[in-house]
Amino acid sequence: MGGLQKKKYERGSATNYITRNKARKKLQLSLADFRRLCILKGIYPHEPKHKKKVNKGSTAPRTFYLFKDIRFLLHEPIVRKFREYKVFVRKLRKAYGKAEWTGVERLRDNKPGYKLDHIIKERYPTFIDALRDIDDALSMCFLFSTFARTGKCHVQTITLCRRLTVEWMNYVVTSRSLRKVFLSIKGIYYQAEVLGQLITWLVPYQFAHDHPTDVDYRVMATFTEMYTTLFGFINFRLYQTLNLVYPPKLDSKAESELKAEHEEDYAMDSESYLEKLSALSASLARVVATAEEEENQLDLFPTEGEDQENMQAREKEQKEQEAQKRLFEGLKFFLNREVPRESLAFILRCFGAEVSWDKSLCIGGTYEVTDETITHQIVDRPDMDKQYINRYYIQPQWVFDSVNAQMRLPVEDYFLGTTLPPHLSPFVEEKDGDYVPPEKLKLMALQRGEKPVQEDEEEEDEEEEEEDDDEEEDDDVDDEELTEEKNLKKLEGTRAQGKTLAVKVTPGKVKPWETGSVGNKVRLEQEEKAEEKRLAIMMMKKKEKYLYDKIMFGKKRTTREVNKLTAKRKAHEDASKAQKKQKKAKKQ
Amino acid sequence: MTLITQEIPPPPHSEDIRNTVGNVPMEWYQDYPHIGYNLDGKKIFKPIRNKDELDEFLDKMENPDYWRTVHDKMTASDIRLTDEQVDLVHRLQKGQFGDVNFNEYEPSVDFFTNEVMIHPVTNRPQDKRSFIPSLIEKEKVSKLVHAIKMGWIKPRKPKETTPQYYDLWAKEDPNAILGRHKMHVPAPKMRLPGHEESYNPPPEYLLTEEERLVWEQQDAEDRKLPFLPQKHSCLRAVPAFSRFIHERFERCLDLYLCPRQRKMRVNVNPEDLIPKLPKPKDLQPFPTTMSLVYRGHTSLVRCISASPTGQWLVSGSDDFTVRFWEVNTGRCMKTLEVGGAVKSVAWNPNPAVCLVAVCFEHTVLLLNPSLGDRLVVSSTDQLITAYEPPEEDKEQAVTWALSEGLEHNKGHRLTLTHPKAVKQVVWHGKGDYLSSVMPDNSSNLQVLIHQVSKRRTQNPFRKNKGLVQCVSFHPLRPYFFVATQRYVRVYNLIKQELTKKLMTNCKWISSMAIHPGGDNLICGSYDCRLAWFDLDLSTKPYKMLRHHKKALRGVAYHRNYPLFASGADDGSVIVCHGMVYNDLLQNPLIVPVKVLKGHQITHDLGVLDVTFHPTQPWVFSSGADTTIRLFT
Repeated sequence: MGGLQKKKYERGSATNYITRNKARKKLQLSLADFRRLCILKGIYPHEPKHKKKVNKGSTAPRTFYLFKDIRFLLHEPIVRKFREYKVFVRKLRKAYGKAEWTGVERLRDNKPGYKLDHIIKERYPTFIDALRDIDDALSMCFLFSTFARTGKCHVQTITLCRRLTVEWMNYVVTSRSLRKVFLSIKGIYYQAEVLGQLITWLVPYQFAHDHPTDVDYRVMATFTEMYTTLFGFINFRLYQTLNLVYPPKLDSKAESELKAEHEEDYAMDSESYLEKLSALSASLARVVATAEEEENQLDLFPTEGEDQENMQAREKEQKEQEAQKRLFEGLKFFLNREVPRESLAFILRCFGAEVSWDKSLCIGGTYEVTDETITHQIVDRPDMDKQYINRYYIQPQWVFDSVNAQMRLPVEDYFLGTTLPPHLSPFVEEKDGDYVPPEKLKLMALQRGEKPVQEDEEEEDEEEEEEDDDEEEDDDVDDEELTEEKNLKKLEGTRAQGKTLAVKVTPGKVKPWETGSVGNKVRLEQEEKAEEKRLAIMMMKKKEKYLYDKIMFGKKRTTREVNKLTAKRKAHEDASKAQKKQKKAKKQ
Repeated sequence: MTLITQEIPPPPHSEDIRNTVGNVPMEWYQDYPHIGYNLDGKKIFKPIRNKDELDEFLDKMENPDYWRTVHDKMTASDIRLTDEQVDLVHRLQKGQFGDVNFNEYEPSVDFFTNEVMIHPVTNRPQDKRSFIPSLIEKEKVSKLVHAIKMGWIKPRKPKETTPQYYDLWAKEDPNAILGRHKMHVPAPKMRLPGHEESYNPPPEYLLTEEERLVWEQQDAEDRKLPFLPQKHSCLRAVPAFSRFIHERFERCLDLYLCPRQRKMRVNVNPEDLIPKLPKPKDLQPFPTTMSLVYRGHTSLVRCISASPTGQWLVSGSDDFTVRFWEVNTGRCMKTLEVGGAVKSVAWNPNPAVCLVAVCFEHTVLLLNPSLGDRLVVSSTDQLITAYEPPEEDKEQAVTWALSEGLEHNKGHRLTLTHPKAVKQVVWHGKGDYLSSVMPDNSSNLQVLIHQVSKRRTQNPFRKNKGLVQCVSFHPLRPYFFVATQRYVRVYNLIKQELTKKLMTNCKWISSMAIHPGGDNLICGSYDCRLAWFDLDLSTKPYKMLRHHKKALRGVAYHRNYPLFASGADDGSVIVCHGMVYNDLLQNPLIVPVKVLKGHQITHDLGVLDVTFHPTQPWVFSSGADTTIRLFT
């Protein structure tokens, strides 16, 4: 018996998705409010597998949301708050129009507001979830805290962002959890390890922003609203884990010191307190007063699966980390006024150094330039008039490089007015076959404890030649690895190219397979193997072949890039060497 | 100053020269010698000579009282202010009272005492309205009460007392899943910066001039790096990054506008993907090297065929000749001119008969090359002459003609003239039957089977089933294979019915070969594929091999060894090991063992035909470069 006729697009994927406009209508929200709701609740569009089916036969480009997501939004109490706010604005406008000033006042008193606590709890059911997702929040808050207090967003937001970031920096300093720092052209990257989570954030350099016109600040403000709420709760919890008072308070000792000096200069107590906190020069008050640092030995739980070696490795790693935390302990730094004070003070304090700066630069400097016990002065100008003999005058990059190397690097390369060595990214982990810049190799040797080669003027040339040789050997090794992938002809081609690149003429070698039968055999074997492989590749299934080709293509591309970089480096070195020689010749 | 001077009464000079014109603009007197009238009604005359700027300046320099001299427009005279007048001006300028002696802070004296006296100041009784509740106010209050009752006005909300931040995760559930759904995909983190983003990168990461130009010309989406690497000599010189806010904003957009999808990253070692096959070394013998090249043809060699003894090779070419070669020496034994481009040659597989079928244009020619054993040659001739025409002459599609005279001396024996152009001839294994193909889409006369001993021809098919490409006889059983463009049909000749239809999944079949066992078949196609059918298994290909880069032209099986070869337009012959087991449960094993190259590609054509030596593991190939090559 017939039954009902099945209609198209009334079941299956067509009903699982909903277009944006329809969703908006279902929620009875304006587009701006819908956008805000999506941002706050973390709802994002979905790409259906069969777009045409979902789009009811049409191929027009549309944004689709999961129907379940929209139904989930339907029950959000904040939606009602949005509507209330809309009504409030309407009433206010009316009262203004009628010049009912008491009515305006009354309405303003009852201005509807909303809280995002429950949304945060819902989006991040556990604390670790929240911590994992804090990267963007940090970067955003650091950006907003650098905004000028004009126009682009509410002043309250800016001050709140500033407060939260200062709290965060203080936490990182107290917990000593900073791991890596990087000076990029965009800003300064920091990476901290908080409760086992690696958190990376980017702080712009201290300049006034040139506000672009094609950026929707309302979207950014909505994100910031959500992020500040999240960030505040996280800060609270983090302070709790360290037994610190929240909102943060300076240590009573430090506070009294600071107060005595600067009381007359600052009228507003609340504002100056934030500044004192942001100076990062004093430690924070704790809920329970404890001894300075409580070193608790980690208990060892040898498990069955783990062998002794693994355990030792882990122990070693832990030790290294401890050592890194005390990297600058016992050193006394002084920051000149031209270096970025906040970032350097933050980094140095994170690794246990004492920092100070000129009193006119910022509140919180604890000692003067004239202090004889200062060990390092960080300077970023070509020359200094008055120099003390018993301290190093170094450029700020030394601090960053030392932190990344997890050791105090030799200061000679970073002295006043010298050309700095390249600053490498600590976030790059080279895999097999990737390009490793020679500076990184040198650094790795240093870390292993090998002594750096003496850099005398006379020996320099020889050393460079040695280096060249090394590189050639490296190339050879690379080529040998490549033999599997490339056929012999290509290999010979590259060799020949390599030879043409080298300027000097070397005595030719007789290829082994041309002289004796042993070599011949080896070569034959190689050829045979290569052919075997080629034939086997022919028998691959279509799907596997595609995958294989893709992998091989990727490999080839990386090798090509590596070759390009090495060639560039070599050219650069040759050029610099030639320049040096010219200079020498001129001198003579 | 002029304003003030007007207020001040003119100083009591010796003579009182006050102007009586009143407060009128003095420009009205510009054109007159006088500027008004004094108290007596006499004209006041303008000074004879006006002061010019030089006089003014000299006055300023020399006169010590210049600063306290003001010009009176009304009387056109300069007035020197007295000390009191200057004082007054100063006081007024400071906003003080003009009178020096005026005291503005005199002690206040209460008008009434603040103590309540027994005698009131006024003894007026209170109004009635002061103790009767106000009706207007009542109305107002009742309106407000009504509004509050109806919810039009909300009473003031109490202030929030909960702190802004508290321990939100105090009672967290470690197993809690996200409230929304289990399929939540967390947003990926931002990419971490590499060496090229450093403010002081190693020199190799900086772009050269050309690279920079290329970068600038590229669209923002195509760029590999979203920024230009730059080198700064010191941290002080690093400028602000102009796109910082943009990048943050783009990240925000990504977070709420981008669809998210989990992507499974394949983590495979490419070596594991390569199938494990037996080594070609273990599958020997197979042809590995090119050992002989047969030269002589002047145009492309379309077809070759080896004699059943393996001593001779026949080849047909587009230069209208058929050549006979000795296999071992590469010597051309005979050259026969025929009247057209040779499309196909076939040596009779029966070793007791020395006959070669050659087809060109509309004819199929049976030749006796008179090579090899004399006895065989003569017996073949006898076989042909022994024919006795039957009593009743049947109408046939093909005319059989016996060659005589000069042609007989050349080796021609029988000429079969077809109604259409013939493309292929094929012998039956016994050597008596012969089939020819005349591809034509419109008629059912496409395949003919001839019997040489009885000079009889029959058309096995009544219906046209598509354009026939090639045909073949089953080596053992009375089956007949017909390959059309996309299918291979297998007919039983005795029962006269279709037994199987093989789907090749190819667009256009070019060639076909039957395994000597008869249960397997390979098909080469113009779309670079070779299909291996196991007839017992399925009508679909057991394996599709895509070894060649270009269209396949010829395929062949070896009669004794488990080998098959395919030749294609890319100039290569690929020899594969194709082992067929007697055990029905075991599938055939196919392993490519050798790629043989040698033919040059001319006019986009490479190898046109391949055939195996009947006894040795050797393969012949003929190519468009006018040569035939032997690989051993």
